[in-house]
Amino acid sequence: MHIVVCIKQVPDSAQIRVHPVTNTIMRQGVPAIINPFDLFALEEALRLKDRMGGRVTVLTMGPPQAEDALRKAISFGVDDTILLTDRAFAGADTLATSYALAQTIRKIGEEHPVDLVFTGKQTIDGDTAQVGPGIAKRLGLQLLTYVSGIDTVDLDHREITVRRRAEGGVQVIRTRLPALITMLEGTNQIRYASMDDMFRAARFEVRKWNKDMAGIEDVTKIGLKGSPTVVSKVFAPKPRAVKAQIIGGGLDPQGMAAALADTLFAQHQRLGKELQHAGH
Amino acid sequence: MAEKFDAIVVGAGPGGNAAAYTMAKAGLQVLQLERGESPGTKNVQGAILYSDALERIIPDFRKDAPLERHIIEQRMWILDDDSFIGTNYRSDAFNNEQPNRYTILRAPFDKWFSGKVKEAGGLVICETTVTDLLKDGERVVGVRTDRAGGDIYADVVILADGVNSLLAKKAGFHGEIEAKNVALAVKEIHFLPQEVLESRFNIKGDEGVVIEIAGAVTKGMIGTGFLYTNKESITIGIGCLLSDFKKGQIAPYTLLEELKAHPSIQPLLQGSEMKEYAAHLIPEGGYKAIPTLYGDGWMLAGDSAGLVNAVHREGSNLAMTSGRLAAETIIALKAEGKPCNAANLARYKNALDHSFVMKDLKKYKELPEILHHNPHFFDLYPKLLNRAAHTMLTVDGEDKHSKEKAIRGSFMQQRSLWGLMGDAYRMWRATR
Amino acid sequence: MSENNAAPAKAKGKKRLELDPRLAAYQGIWVFVEMERGRVHSVSWELLGEGRKLADTLGVELAAVVLGGSGEAVEAASAEAFTYGADLAYVVADPVLAEYRNEPYTKAMTDLVNRHQPEILLLGATTLGRDLAGSVATTLQTGLTADCTELAIDPDNRGLLATRPTFGGSLLCTIQTLNYRPQMATVRPRVMAMPEADPARTGRIVREAFDLSEESIIAKVLEFIPDEAQEQAQLAYADIIVAGGRGLGKAENFQLIWDLAAVLGAEVGGSRPVTHAGWISADRQVGQSGKTVRPKLYIAVGISGAIQHRVGMEASDVIIAINNDPNAPIFDFATYGLVGDALRILPALTEAFRSRLAVNRLAS
Repeated sequence: MHIVVCIKQVPDSAQIRVHPVTNTIMRQGVPAIINPFDLFALEEALRLKDRMGGRVTVLTMGPPQAEDALRKAISFGVDDTILLTDRAFAGADTLATSYALAQTIRKIGEEHPVDLVFTGKQTIDGDTAQVGPGIAKRLGLQLLTYVSGIDTVDLDHREITVRRRAEGGVQVIRTRLPALITMLEGTNQIRYASMDDMFRAARFEVRKWNKDMAGIEDVTKIGLKGSPTVVSKVFAPKPRAVKAQIIGGGLDPQGMAAALADTLFAQHQRLGKELQHAGH
Repeated sequence: MAEKFDAIVVGAGPGGNAAAYTMAKAGLQVLQLERGESPGTKNVQGAILYSDALERIIPDFRKDAPLERHIIEQRMWILDDDSFIGTNYRSDAFNNEQPNRYTILRAPFDKWFSGKVKEAGGLVICETTVTDLLKDGERVVGVRTDRAGGDIYADVVILADGVNSLLAKKAGFHGEIEAKNVALAVKEIHFLPQEVLESRFNIKGDEGVVIEIAGAVTKGMIGTGFLYTNKESITIGIGCLLSDFKKGQIAPYTLLEELKAHPSIQPLLQGSEMKEYAAHLIPEGGYKAIPTLYGDGWMLAGDSAGLVNAVHREGSNLAMTSGRLAAETIIALKAEGKPCNAANLARYKNALDHSFVMKDLKKYKELPEILHHNPHFFDLYPKLLNRAAHTMLTVDGEDKHSKEKAIRGSFMQQRSLWGLMGDAYRMWRATR
Repeated sequence: MSENNAAPAKAKGKKRLELDPRLAAYQGIWVFVEMERGRVHSVSWELLGEGRKLADTLGVELAAVVLGGSGEAVEAASAEAFTYGADLAYVVADPVLAEYRNEPYTKAMTDLVNRHQPEILLLGATTLGRDLAGSVATTLQTGLTADCTELAIDPDNRGLLATRPTFGGSLLCTIQTLNYRPQMATVRPRVMAMPEADPARTGRIVREAFDLSEESIIAKVLEFIPDEAQEQAQLAYADIIVAGGRGLGKAENFQLIWDLAAVLGAEVGGSRPVTHAGWISADRQVGQSGKTVRPKLYIAVGISGAIQHRVGMEASDVIIAINNDPNAPIFDFATYGLVGDALRILPALTEAFRSRLAVNRLAS
């Protein structure tokens, strides 16, 4: 079984600050991390490998420093990594990105046929959740999004059964391989690498592919040229000007709680009435 | 198969990086282990870089190291509640090719230094905590980490893992840190547009200013504040002895808020936005609090060895120098085919003694004790000095002779003649 | 397969361009009416409200797209869509579409688009909507802007201006799809206001057949397991929400949140770290990558207020923040703040509300 996991290196948006004067993103000093949603995908792929054997390849499309993300992935026990990096990809929106990744996965499949592709649900910097479905469509993979668990993988009959989150419940879906799975968050926890894995990661030779090595020929479909969407404006949202009124400073918890409840009922009578009816 | 190296360095701060780089450059097999996500994430420093110490390790560091501003002006302010008296030294000579001090931001700087270690051939592994030293009898033969299969062997282990080295404590190399031997410092980074910063501090290009602050802002506790100019931000911080914080029941961030609100400080921060906050412990015990620095198969460097000159706020240069000296000791022993036992590693302590590191620490060895017993240096004198200045500088019709008499009188009244003479003597003893 | 080899995109900012005549033929605004097991997700109505405004600006028709298993359900949904402003409804009813699956829904939607050529297609950014939108956009080789917070029409070129947060919400960006059609966008539930329904309003129905057989569809739904009634988070439409963050320390402490919520009759939510850690289920996450909420009262406990949480709840009427870090960003925009240990304040607050609500009830 060969699983390809697509990950993305992103700035840790929890630490992103907007420059208070110029209103631009302050990237310096913000650490780059593996998109947290991708870790759930990676862990699920590794668990499948533990269960059933096979190999896991991790692929990322990004600038040269995305190599750090791949190195971290190696420490979790993946077999191979590919950094797809090329200036020509700059400015790619999700359509152009899914094209480049799909082509690369096709190329990877020439070495070892691919049975499953895993991605995270979405990225914390783009948040669109579109690349996974885009790759599936281009490669003709069965698409399974918001997967919370994999029940069975039957390589002989080329079938997979998963649970996926739907509105109001869980769908149990069976479909054929090859498939693309986007993992739901909170479903597992990425393993803690062994020391051997850390050594292996520190010494690993990450494979780097440019667009030619990845077999990407149609340059009109990548980068800015291949992106139907263009950003026409970036701006800062209007800040909410008023800071919080601190209540009960210096009091003990009981005093604080009383002060807050009293303030709420006094200043927001309609809300108070709502609470009357709602609570018990 | 457990791995074996010539040396393992625990910690990727200035001390650890200096040691790992020096050894890797000399061709030794070095493994450096850092518990943070990447070098620098667990490090906090006011952030002054002393070029001399780094030049002796990476002579051409100025080429690509991330530096904020080179310092051309040093101000020392002694604050009272709403005033300050101080001195200034500014020199264009510091605008030479090889400036002596820079302000830096630790995150990018540590990342750069760590990159150098890797370039030199050192193996750097992060997110891994060393939990124990592996011993063969009394001899240290390696480390154990918090990862499965995490035993790694080496001929020598350098502990450069910071002021609160649990490892050193566990191994019995030093005891529990005493609150009176360590300071708790907090700092914030405030962002200002470059033009505003430059005009406010009267600097241009990459010039920078450092302000050392003492006095009323520490509320009688032993400690100091500082303000550094970075490219587009200001670092402002304050630290006091942990024992004083505990006694006084004041929170460090409250102290920082009051420092920022001081009428002489507030205008400097006007219009800036606070974007980062950090706190850290700093060794303050000086010479008398330094633990044993080496043994069979192990050495201490940097903050974990208590090598901080609090008087002059020097820590990272002592760390880098001790890291380098430790590395050079090991390189020499390896070349001579000698083992890294206590007898041979004594060379390290020897080298430290002959360097400014120990010489400076020795010079100030009485100061911590003296300050502990004479808190009036931190509350009374600042007040007296400020009032004296105010009196002298206020032109109000009173003659100068009377003013001088009043000033002398205020000092005598507060300290008495004996007290004043005693203070002079104590200061002399503390700093000779 | 749509022909989308339009003229090369002009430089950013030069918005005055000549749309390829084949694309100029694309007219009308479509809203996907999301229906599962007979129930329509209310985001569809929110989108119709927004779509109506866009259609009026452009002077074109607003259509609802209804896909489903049975004739009855789709008829009812279409009728309701008209009351929310749709002029017409494209309807595909086929047993194959009874249970949502990506393949048949994508085919049905893309066939409709290729035949009737809308210039703008809107979908709700729900689980289903996101699953569908990405496949449809890729099949049509067109642009898709996700999680929009604002939609408008560019007066110069009549194109859609889709505004969405970026970098976790610290900034906003406006995106256009200049040379491809349809221009697709998804919008999260509760971001747009719910429009007023006009029960007298009707429209016309365009029925299309569906030519995909069950045998040719590979994915099969074996089972649908509904959530336990009390487990189901109704976060998006809740009026009172109590949310917990990493500041609570450990999973067991989250019980204090449930306790307070019970007394207030509130829904329970959480920040991204606690859903990722499994302290509460993922559908209770509030924020950029979770749900957008606009309750009357939002109590944030042990939540720092970093931007990607903030964008999910800052439209709440009253925000109460409880955190022991006085410098936490949440105090920059909350209405009221309590600085202290949440583990002690929460039980005190639960008690304070319980006694006051009991007293008030006795008094009323």
